[in-house]
Amino acid sequence: MKNIDQILEHCKELAFDLEFSYAKNWKSAQTDRVLIGYMPIYFPREITHAANALAVGILGTGDRKQIIKGDAFYQSYICHIPRGIIELALDGNLDEIDGFIFPSICDVIRNLSGTFQILKKGKFVKYLDYPQNFLSHIGGKFYKTELLHILHEIQKINNIEVTPEKLNNSIKLYNINQRLLKEIYNIRQEYPWRISFENLYYVVRAGMVITVEEHNKILEDVLEFLNINNGEPMDKIKVVISGAFCEQPPIGLIKTIELAGCYIVDDDLLLGSRWMKGDVADNTDDPLNALSEAYMNLSTFSSSVYSVGKPKGEQLVQLIKERNADGIIFAAPSFCDPALLDLPVMQKACDDANIRYISFQYNENTGQYKVIKEQVGAFSDSIKLWEDTVSS
Amino acid sequence: MSKEVEKEKSMVLQKEMVARLFDELSAANETGKKVVYTFVPGNLSELILAFDMLPVYPEINALQSGMRKLSGNYIREAEKFGHSEDVCTYVKCDIGMMLSGNIGPTGKKLPDPDLLLLSYTGCFTFMKWFENLEKLYPGVPIAMLHTPYQESGKITPDMTEYMVKQIKEEVIPKMELVSGKKLDEEKLNAIIQNSIEIEDLIVKIFDTTKNVPSPIDAYFAGVYYIGPINIGFRGTKDAVDYYTELLKEIEYRVENKLGPVTPEGVMEERFRLVVEGPPNWTNFREFWKLFYDHGAVVVASTYTKVGGMHDLGFRHDVKRPFESLAEYCMNCYTNLNLTQRISLLSKYIKDYNADGLLVNSIKSCNSFSAGQLIMMRKIEEDLETPVGFIESDLVDPRYFSFSNIKNRLDSFFQMLDQRRVILKDKTAVI
Ligand code: SF4
Ligand code: SF4
Repeated sequence: MKNIDQILEHCKELAFDLEFSYAKNWKSAQTDRVLIGYMPIYFPREITHAANALAVGILGTGDRKQIIKGDAFYQSYICHIPRGIIELALDGNLDEIDGFIFPSICDVIRNLSGTFQILKKGKFVKYLDYPQNFLSHIGGKFYKTELLHILHEIQKINNIEVTPEKLNNSIKLYNINQRLLKEIYNIRQEYPWRISFENLYYVVRAGMVITVEEHNKILEDVLEFLNINNGEPMDKIKVVISGAFCEQPPIGLIKTIELAGCYIVDDDLLLGSRWMKGDVADNTDDPLNALSEAYMNLSTFSSSVYSVGKPKGEQLVQLIKERNADGIIFAAPSFCDPALLDLPVMQKACDDANIRYISFQYNENTGQYKVIKEQVGAFSDSIKLWEDTVSS
Repeated sequence: MSKEVEKEKSMVLQKEMVARLFDELSAANETGKKVVYTFVPGNLSELILAFDMLPVYPEINALQSGMRKLSGNYIREAEKFGHSEDVCTYVKCDIGMMLSGNIGPTGKKLPDPDLLLLSYTGCFTFMKWFENLEKLYPGVPIAMLHTPYQESGKITPDMTEYMVKQIKEEVIPKMELVSGKKLDEEKLNAIIQNSIEIEDLIVKIFDTTKNVPSPIDAYFAGVYYIGPINIGFRGTKDAVDYYTELLKEIEYRVENKLGPVTPEGVMEERFRLVVEGPPNWTNFREFWKLFYDHGAVVVASTYTKVGGMHDLGFRHDVKRPFESLAEYCMNCYTNLNLTQRISLLSKYIKDYNADGLLVNSIKSCNSFSAGQLIMMRKIEEDLETPVGFIESDLVDPRYFSFSNIKNRLDSFFQMLDQRRVILKDKTAVI
């Protein structure tokens, strides 16, 4: 195993490299390599991998870049992430990226795809319309045509044909990736002090800008480290964060939550990395169909996916129970319709299940955490106090 | 401005139609008529009518509440219930109204839904809205119709096939279940035939603004004109009669060179505008007055196309009933990509000989608003057309700032005036 500190440092650099140097170097090593940028939440990276393309997660600029041009594209009442993405595009940070995928999660991301079309960014821009019908022969079929469209676009660039063998192999690698991540989360649930959430975040986020092969190696090393008993538990409550699936909270905010008395044992910050609740079939004659079936049947719950019949509130409550968490922090980006419109329903489910929660909003470039620190601190104290009272 | 404002026959017809619908709704529990809650963009009026069901449009209730100054309280109710200040106020107004007893625009209680028909066109918020409604009406069946976005600027056969399958296998079976009837395709086709007639009439009506002076305001009056097709009358004989009468009245105005009728009488046209974005409902009259006081007539607007785009050629089709229902949904304005929206606005500016474009950016509505700034810049650059920008909200009175809007509009109209002088000078020199 490599030195964990070096691994974490490496992941931290990768996670916040707004120049996407790793991806650019990867591409320059072979002429038929292609870079595909994708926005939150989920994108089936297996297809790009099989097409000799690297999927590069574009998550905005956080608090690491001053937004000048991007602000001229959005009214004050629109969330912050598209401004950062535009800034990156206009400053040339995304120039090497050949195609852009905008998964259908909200109208802001949808219309950002139109802005990229107008700005003529990349060789193609694709708004990936995820079906909201979950029957294989209806939504599943439509989803496959969407994925095929992307494969054709990549093929136009590098002339590589994706065979079932190649795609099955890519699915295998991503299955491993998801399993490793799940294992890491499972261990952390028991021993959250062994790696801070901040560091875990770097590890997961790094995986969105490097090859799956390399990320799998990193995850194996991290897992090995987590299996060693290290660190000391502190008197903190365990919480789950919900609502932060698109625009990312700044690292300062994550640290604040941890410092104010919480272990974050599950979250939806980089939900796309852990989207599937199980393995995608990796040995079929029609792996595209396998991906589609997996999307239909194995997707986790999310604000961007139609949930009638399997209410999200109940799924969230289930997650809290599985993680043995003490409470939930609803942290949503300001002006984020999908996250904020889910709040009352989610909170009602928590009320019904006697799960305690707090909620606040942030921007990716929020710089002041004093109020949040007090709020989270009070939340943590109240839960600890409650437990003490109950146990005495 | 002339002060004669008399109710025209078409207005009376519309009023009667709407009153009848709300009477039927309030009697639904006794008559046993089934009630469908659904949305304006991508509405499946023809199918609802074919099953003899009654529609309730939560957006229409919200805008009516806005106009009747009730929305502020409803929004506060929804915020007390846990909704954020930052989300679409149509949703909050609607939910607040339901939490306050679901009293409709006529003062009578609206019936609960028998079916929630989530025709999900052009806006993600609709989906969240229905997820919330599902909680308020547990156990009510929901039919989801996902409309793919025109991301590439066209409707592909795969998109149509996807929608037709949903209509046939998801929507119609749920309607059959709820109504207890089988779909009568002949009846559906007769309804569709009416829709085609209505669509032809609507295109003619909105095209009369090519005249100078324009006989109508295609935004402030336009929202009344689209009322019937947006609240469930598309496909009815009543609506054919209404639009026939309306066209007749407008043609009379054209022949007599009469300008648009406003709440204060017939106005004189000084500026011709194209407007992008929904109007503000809480202060609708005041808002309109800011335009007609300056002689600004709206000759085309995108908001009047949210319930369907017919001027670019789309018509329902009896030969392909389900395909055309699908294409109708995919053709609604907010389902167009930004490039399509830019070309549509540019076409309006040219076809209707507009002096400028005005964007009313709505705080609530990401579907409309996100991307409007680049659209404006593109149009300004490409056509050298003056573009004005104001901000308000649909139904949240807290976001209607009269003085801000007035100041911005005053400067915009001043700019249009100056430009006119400059252009005149240039022509004189040539
Ligand atoms: S933060 Fe929310 S509203 Fe903004 S782009 Fe992401 S999902 Fe959409
Ligand atoms: S976001 Fe806009 S289109 Fe969507 S429901 Fe609200 S007002 Fe209507």
